[in-house]
Amino acid sequence: MNFRIAKEIKLSLTASLALVVSALPFNSAAQSSIDEDQITFVKLTAEQYRNSIRDIFGESIQISGDAASSGVRVAGLMSVGGRRLTLSTSEVESYEVLALDIASQVLSPSRRKTLIPCRPQDENAIDNACASEFISTVGLHLFRRPLSEDEIENYNAMARAATDSLGGFYVGLQAALVGMMVSPDFLFRIERSVSNPEAPGTRRLDAWSRASRLSFFLWDTTPNPALLEAAQSGDLLFEDGLNQQVENMIASPRIEDGLRAFFADMLAFDRFDTLDIDTTLYPKFTKNVEDDAREQTLRTISDHLLNQEADYRDLFDSRKTFLTPALAALYGVPIPIRQEMGGRVPWVPYEYQEDHIRIGLLGQATFLSLFSHPGASSPTLRGKAVREHLLCQTIPPPPGDVDFSLVRDNDNPEFRTVRDRLTEHRDNPTCAGCHMLMDPIGLALEVFDASGVYRTLENGAPIDTSGEWLGQEYNDVRELAIMLKEDPTLTSCLVQRAYNYGTAREPTRAEVQWLNTTHSQLRNEGVYWRELMQRISRNPDFYTVSVEASEGN
Amino acid sequence: MISKNRKFNRRSLLRGAIHGSAVVMGLPILQSFLNDNGTAFADGTELPPCFGSWFFGLGLTPGRWEPEVIGSNYELPEHIAALQPIREKLNIFSGLQVFLDGKVNQNHISGAQGQMTGIVTKSAADYDESFDAIIDKQFGANVRFRTLEVACDGNASSGWTARGKNGKTPCQISPLELYRRIYGEGFIDPNQAEFTPDPEVMVRHSVLSAVTEQRQKLMTTVSSDDRSRLDEYFTSLRDVEQKLAFELERPAPLPACSIPLIGDEEIGTMVAQVQNTHKQFVTLLSHALACGQTRIFHVTLGNAFSTLRLPGEPSAYHALTHEEPIDPELGYQPKCKIIGEQCMGFFVELLQAMDSIQEGEGTLLDRSVVYAFTDHGEARLHSMKSLPVFTAGSAGGRLNTGLHVSAEGDAATRVGFTIQKALGVVSNRWGTESNEVTTPFSEVLA
Repeated sequence: MNFRIAKEIKLSLTASLALVVSALPFNSAAQSSIDEDQITFVKLTAEQYRNSIRDIFGESIQISGDAASSGVRVAGLMSVGGRRLTLSTSEVESYEVLALDIASQVLSPSRRKTLIPCRPQDENAIDNACASEFISTVGLHLFRRPLSEDEIENYNAMARAATDSLGGFYVGLQAALVGMMVSPDFLFRIERSVSNPEAPGTRRLDAWSRASRLSFFLWDTTPNPALLEAAQSGDLLFEDGLNQQVENMIASPRIEDGLRAFFADMLAFDRFDTLDIDTTLYPKFTKNVEDDAREQTLRTISDHLLNQEADYRDLFDSRKTFLTPALAALYGVPIPIRQEMGGRVPWVPYEYQEDHIRIGLLGQATFLSLFSHPGASSPTLRGKAVREHLLCQTIPPPPGDVDFSLVRDNDNPEFRTVRDRLTEHRDNPTCAGCHMLMDPIGLALEVFDASGVYRTLENGAPIDTSGEWLGQEYNDVRELAIMLKEDPTLTSCLVQRAYNYGTAREPTRAEVQWLNTTHSQLRNEGVYWRELMQRISRNPDFYTVSVEASEGN
Repeated sequence: MISKNRKFNRRSLLRGAIHGSAVVMGLPILQSFLNDNGTAFADGTELPPCFGSWFFGLGLTPGRWEPEVIGSNYELPEHIAALQPIREKLNIFSGLQVFLDGKVNQNHISGAQGQMTGIVTKSAADYDESFDAIIDKQFGANVRFRTLEVACDGNASSGWTARGKNGKTPCQISPLELYRRIYGEGFIDPNQAEFTPDPEVMVRHSVLSAVTEQRQKLMTTVSSDDRSRLDEYFTSLRDVEQKLAFELERPAPLPACSIPLIGDEEIGTMVAQVQNTHKQFVTLLSHALACGQTRIFHVTLGNAFSTLRLPGEPSAYHALTHEEPIDPELGYQPKCKIIGEQCMGFFVELLQAMDSIQEGEGTLLDRSVVYAFTDHGEARLHSMKSLPVFTAGSAGGRLNTGLHVSAEGDAATRVGFTIQKALGVVSNRWGTESNEVTTPFSEVLA
């Protein structure tokens, strides 16, 4: 059941929402006075842009390309970095061209019946009433709040001017729509906060901004009509109203969109953009395999946490996954190829045998390739990734004046495996501190090469995957995975990252306390995704903008 | 797109002003102001200077690129022999360094950051205004694209430019996309006989002008940190507005302008792929400069941890610098030296592309200055000393060329400061802490 706001818009034009919204003054009950407003904002991701357009105007709208964009990872998340970024000239340029294209599709004759709430009296002239209705209705969804009367008039003026210059009512609407789509109100998630009467010295998001935060957190898209109505009525400012919306959203299949977006961020999927595994050395790692690997990881997580409603910790030693024929070939396992409706269904649920070495997220090509060199595996990169992305720990950069050459000296008969070569690092006191943290984890994964293919030898020497984790010895990655999932750092990291992802900032001191308490409870009761989302979304602090956080940004 | 089947006249253009906002067009370089060749203004004023920055990662093999002779008449050592064809238009700076002032060396980042921004920050996530943005303000140019940034390794985040402290400017990674951006819709051949402004561009321009007017209202409610980010967004918006304004004016004829041809692209990190991408980019950029589309560009061969690779070599360039043993007989890392020399070959390809565009008696390179910089001196050790730095072109006679400047221990920011001075930036200092400089290289300033 995929919910589509476009359908709601269509309905809203003839039913209640249009009436509610078009008549809604900006300074309604849910909106504090402008004087008290303070705004912060987060750059919309390319995915959120696409999702918003899809949900507002329908899936048939083609979005031809993304704006060239660069992100920055702060506190382990690109979403937190998004609060530091603005839009460069080339990005705005791209968004303007995208907006022109999207607007022309939205206003095309075939879509006018469904996406335009009214008909002009004369298609060759401006119709202020109809233009205003279109602007206020679409604007509500694009800006995630009602437009003020001044704003409606401004965009109406754009429409009038374009109609005057070029002729045609719909050409005028296109101009107004482009104006809205290049506005900061659309390209950024603007969060308005007002004084918090319940906690002097802090500010809280207004109802519309709550709706946005909740929607992008749980569904990675713009708020749907129900959420906007809850914002308009002020229900979102109260516990019951908020809880009702949270419950509905978490029960929706669209929770998967939010889950996928979160894990793509947490697991550093942005590295896929520049992943360059050498296909001359690893011929099985084709572009198709790369795409399948990405999907395998998200599909596995989604199925595990949402469909199976299983504990997050079990992702690390789960034997269940999904494979395509290409992935099965990479992993060296046989899968049945299903036939359905005359075509091949590429994704097949698969469960590894009891003693199979490839288990959990760490045994998937995504993790193994993203944290490898183009032509070689890297225990250090893999170990660092586990520490930083899964355990929320920080590894300092290596010092200067260090000779790494032994790590690479494959010709030295004494150092045939990377374990031998890294021993030199760990014996060097300057390097040992950090490499002792990273390398043992990565060495357990050395049975998988840079592309994720299983192997037992390196340069003819057997690969030793044993190591020690928090004083306990393990023989291979299976045993390490079991130790890892028992480590409370693994789950506290998830809780912290999920919260930070939602707020797009680091937690305040008060929030850290809440996170610690919540984590302790979840560890006892089970780290279940929907439960975690519910607790975070219901936490009043999640919608609070403290002075501390504001200054921290 | 907005339908093109619309009639346009001057009156409708004037009616196009939206919500009372004045539509301000940039001042064109009018044809009547140019001499017969289009190489200079009629009063003898030269065509304006251009600035380019060019980044190559991982430095050069220490002790093998520095000329022995200081000043002019030096011979190029073997390691940078590829630069020979443009030696007379080149300056080499040796002995420079970036100071960390006690901060952790953000390996492969702090060095380039220091040279482009004058500031070394504690966190790699922090980045401030790069000096091309300072030059851009000085130029105040009436060009279609304020700057153009490209990365040759397929990574949009590989660049080193930033307009402020709100994130680095993303690079374009596809030559075909850059081709479309420059020579696609909106490009007006300055040498074509006919010119008719497009009324739809006028409307687009007016729409952006009206959106820009939201700035004041939003700025009153935003926190001080966010104000800078919002301001930068509106500046970007104004850039696009000015781009459209540029497209509405008849451009001045530029005889050197022609539309280049480029072949298929294959983006990747193999040296040959990077070279091909780089070649396509420099062709496009040099023609864009000659066609008056921009005056500032940035090229990066790869990201901070250079991922360039040799065929059949499992380790990328970055890993090689750390892992390749020093050959005891040769005294250096052979593969690293090869890639370093290939990078110099790429640099020459850029300069030759610019030098091949004749503008009157001089060339495009002559009226430009290109600044080449890297992240480390000896990358193997993450050294911040002995950084190889080059400039090429005289910026229209504002810089002397053909010099080897030995500046042992000086802050590398002196080169960027010298370029700023040459291009007219009025400032008596640039950089912070030990990277702050107050004295340009006087022997280089003409």
